[in-house]
Amino acid sequence: MDSVIEMRNIRKEFPGIVANDDVSLSVQKGEIHALLGENGAGKSTLMSVLFGLYQPEAGSLWVHGHEVKMANPNVAGELGIGMVHQHFQLVHNFTVTENMILGIEPQKGGVLTLKAAAQRIRELSRQYGLDVDPDAKIEDVSVGMQQRVEILKMLYRDSDILIFDEPTAVLTPQEILDLMQIMRNLQKEGKSIILITHKLKEIKAIADRCTVIRRGKVVGTIEVASTTEEQMAQMMVGRQVTFKVDKGPSRPGPVVLKIDHLSVRNSRKIMAVKDVSFEVRSGEILGVAGVDGNGQTELVEAITGLRSSESGAIFLGGSDITKSTVRQRLERKLAHIPEDRQKCGLILDFSLAENFILENHFKVPFSKKGFLQREAIEKNAVRLISAFDVRSAEGPRSKVRGLSGGNQQKAIVGREIDSNPELLVAVQPTRGLDVGSIEYIHKRLMEQRDRGKAVLLVSLELDEILDLSDRVVVLCRGELVGTVSAQDTDEKAVGLMMAGVPQGAAG
Amino acid sequence: MNFQVNNKALLVGVSAVVLGLLAGALLMLVTGNDPFQGYQYLFAGGLMNGERIGNTLAMATPLILTGLSVAFAFRTGLFNIGAAGQALIGGLVATAIGLTFAWPKPLLLPVVLLGSAVGGGLWAWVSGWMKARFNVHEVVSTIMLNWIAYWITYYIVPAYFKGQFETESRIIPQASSLKVDWMTNLFSGSYLNLGIFVALAAVVVTSIILNRTVLGYRLKAVGYNRFAAEYAGIHVSRHIVASMTVAGALAGLAGATLYVGYASSIQIGVLPSIGLDGIAVALLASNSPLGVMGSAVFFGVLESGKGFMNAMTKIPPEVGDTIIATIIYFAATSVLIERLFTKWGKRKPRGDRT
Repeated sequence: MDSVIEMRNIRKEFPGIVANDDVSLSVQKGEIHALLGENGAGKSTLMSVLFGLYQPEAGSLWVHGHEVKMANPNVAGELGIGMVHQHFQLVHNFTVTENMILGIEPQKGGVLTLKAAAQRIRELSRQYGLDVDPDAKIEDVSVGMQQRVEILKMLYRDSDILIFDEPTAVLTPQEILDLMQIMRNLQKEGKSIILITHKLKEIKAIADRCTVIRRGKVVGTIEVASTTEEQMAQMMVGRQVTFKVDKGPSRPGPVVLKIDHLSVRNSRKIMAVKDVSFEVRSGEILGVAGVDGNGQTELVEAITGLRSSESGAIFLGGSDITKSTVRQRLERKLAHIPEDRQKCGLILDFSLAENFILENHFKVPFSKKGFLQREAIEKNAVRLISAFDVRSAEGPRSKVRGLSGGNQQKAIVGREIDSNPELLVAVQPTRGLDVGSIEYIHKRLMEQRDRGKAVLLVSLELDEILDLSDRVVVLCRGELVGTVSAQDTDEKAVGLMMAGVPQGAAG
Repeated sequence: MNFQVNNKALLVGVSAVVLGLLAGALLMLVTGNDPFQGYQYLFAGGLMNGERIGNTLAMATPLILTGLSVAFAFRTGLFNIGAAGQALIGGLVATAIGLTFAWPKPLLLPVVLLGSAVGGGLWAWVSGWMKARFNVHEVVSTIMLNWIAYWITYYIVPAYFKGQFETESRIIPQASSLKVDWMTNLFSGSYLNLGIFVALAAVVVTSIILNRTVLGYRLKAVGYNRFAAEYAGIHVSRHIVASMTVAGALAGLAGATLYVGYASSIQIGVLPSIGLDGIAVALLASNSPLGVMGSAVFFGVLESGKGFMNAMTKIPPEVGDTIIATIIYFAATSVLIERLFTKWGKRKPRGDRT
């Protein structure tokens, strides 16, 4: 066996938790090796150990058959290990070439010599099918292109072991396909790839072997070809997982939310939502599909009261709320799971208990005569924590900052559903979450619908929209392209509408 | 909810003090003095008898209030650099009331205090309102208002309340002074006055507001994350104004304890140093009201002890100021101190060097 990387019995502790416990991982030359695990299972920690960002408490690292000590990321770089981080590390007002040479600037007498570098970038780009223009500025190129620049950066530095940390999280479906092709090209050229992910589909599509980590320990390493997605999911979560949401027939009732010829401007004063009309009934989930940045954010902000609308009207339960404040809308039983949970949904430096009362802190029993009621607040937190399975170190008193993404999201979902809303606006409710949490949140949304409540689901994940929704409206450039029943449509038809082709063409 | 003293903040504060004192000792050594002797006189100067303890507390009184002012604003995400101006206006109003009305003391004192709080509060309200309405940064507006307060005092005092000299007001009558005989006597003739009770009450009240009330919850929510506050239907700009106003009222009270408590007249041509010192006090206290009390008293000891140290040794009083500055420096870099503790905690049991 020809291992390029061997991690033997790695142990890494942080105060209070063991992030990696006796973890061993071996990557063969020229293979794509997936590292699968839920959020917080210890994948990123393990890769940080490999990359020299953390020093392990025990265990050893072997690269190309020699034991090495990764004192810092520079050592990893010298050994040919490169990493594409989840958050790109690029200077935005630099060109591709300038980013590429950062830290290893080619120079002659103190003057940069960029031409040779640009030439080399062009060659590498061609060789691996990356399609990167060396003279483009980073701020002008798409997210997918930025990622390819990151990949090029590793190739430019002659890395032959490439680590990808959740590379598809930021990409559109088409870009994901492109990335997979690139990874295959890299593999063909003899590079070894470690792919950190919790998306089973991708592993199935591209990886050769897969090591599954659960709670800091290796569950096993499997051959991807001979393992089903269900088996991998079970290894990752530790129990049976259902992918398909149980969706009974919907029993739509009266109209809860009515959007009437609504137009909304974005922060740059450009019309982002144009003359959009639709209705959401009780007992149904209405999905809003669209490529990111086509007016979904502004639409949701107008509905929830965070942004004023230009023209048109919004009715909630029959009354006009177009000009109502956020508080007035909340009082009319609107709940909102926001797009960005850390920016909007939570106050990270508040405790869980304090976050659970974010919208109700001034009401009995949480406060009386202007004073907070500690006991009631804590009791409420205990109840929600157990009802929505929010896991944290110190229960109600845990600072939310310390919770994993999945548990933060569960806290928001719990708080919003617990307010017993007539209309639940859920935006990207499962973004960045692992299979277990996604399954859980989907179930809760479905429950809302089955209890006769209205749900407006906005998501960039087409699968999610089609699985959960009863009806789907599609937005493109702020306009409503069409409304379809989720039963009678498929990914392809909605995909066409997302590109602006009206439904007549899609059937 | 955090109802107890934050242990980590306490640890960082104490280590900043210890490191600052060590640095001061080093400075004394370098300048050819005996640090043990120096500190002995420094602390003796602040604490050796009733009078000196009284003066230390009297010195600490306005610092507690300006420290609270800065800390309170900071919890709402606002940086109140204008405590000096707010204290000056508060002191001016207090002095004006004290010199104008010849009422009996039990009636006059509450009016004096209330007036100073309202004056300081309105002064800071301007900054809050400008931030909420026009998005003018409070650092800019509070600094500018400091100078407006400075010049207003410069005009009003000689024009309406001129005392023995052109540069200061008349001495306030006994009835409007926070000094009372029994306290002066108890601490053998020190400057200690009723202001200390005002300061202690303010510590309790701000602590309760921040930790136990709906108002405090909202102010902190706005301070930590204004987007989430907005999302939850909390009126962000209204709370920015409220927070600045409360902070200004606290600074205004500080002005009263300074000009009609510690002193007996108001001077023109100086911005009180308690404004900027309040920032240091709040910083060392990690913005906790109880911590503010502790750190203000500590600064009080250094302030009132440095003169004695200077008199008894050859150590210049500037060393005292340097120690304060060094402590502030260590408090400001508390992140580094924290990291150091974590590193030590980890290194000891293992003894490896990586």
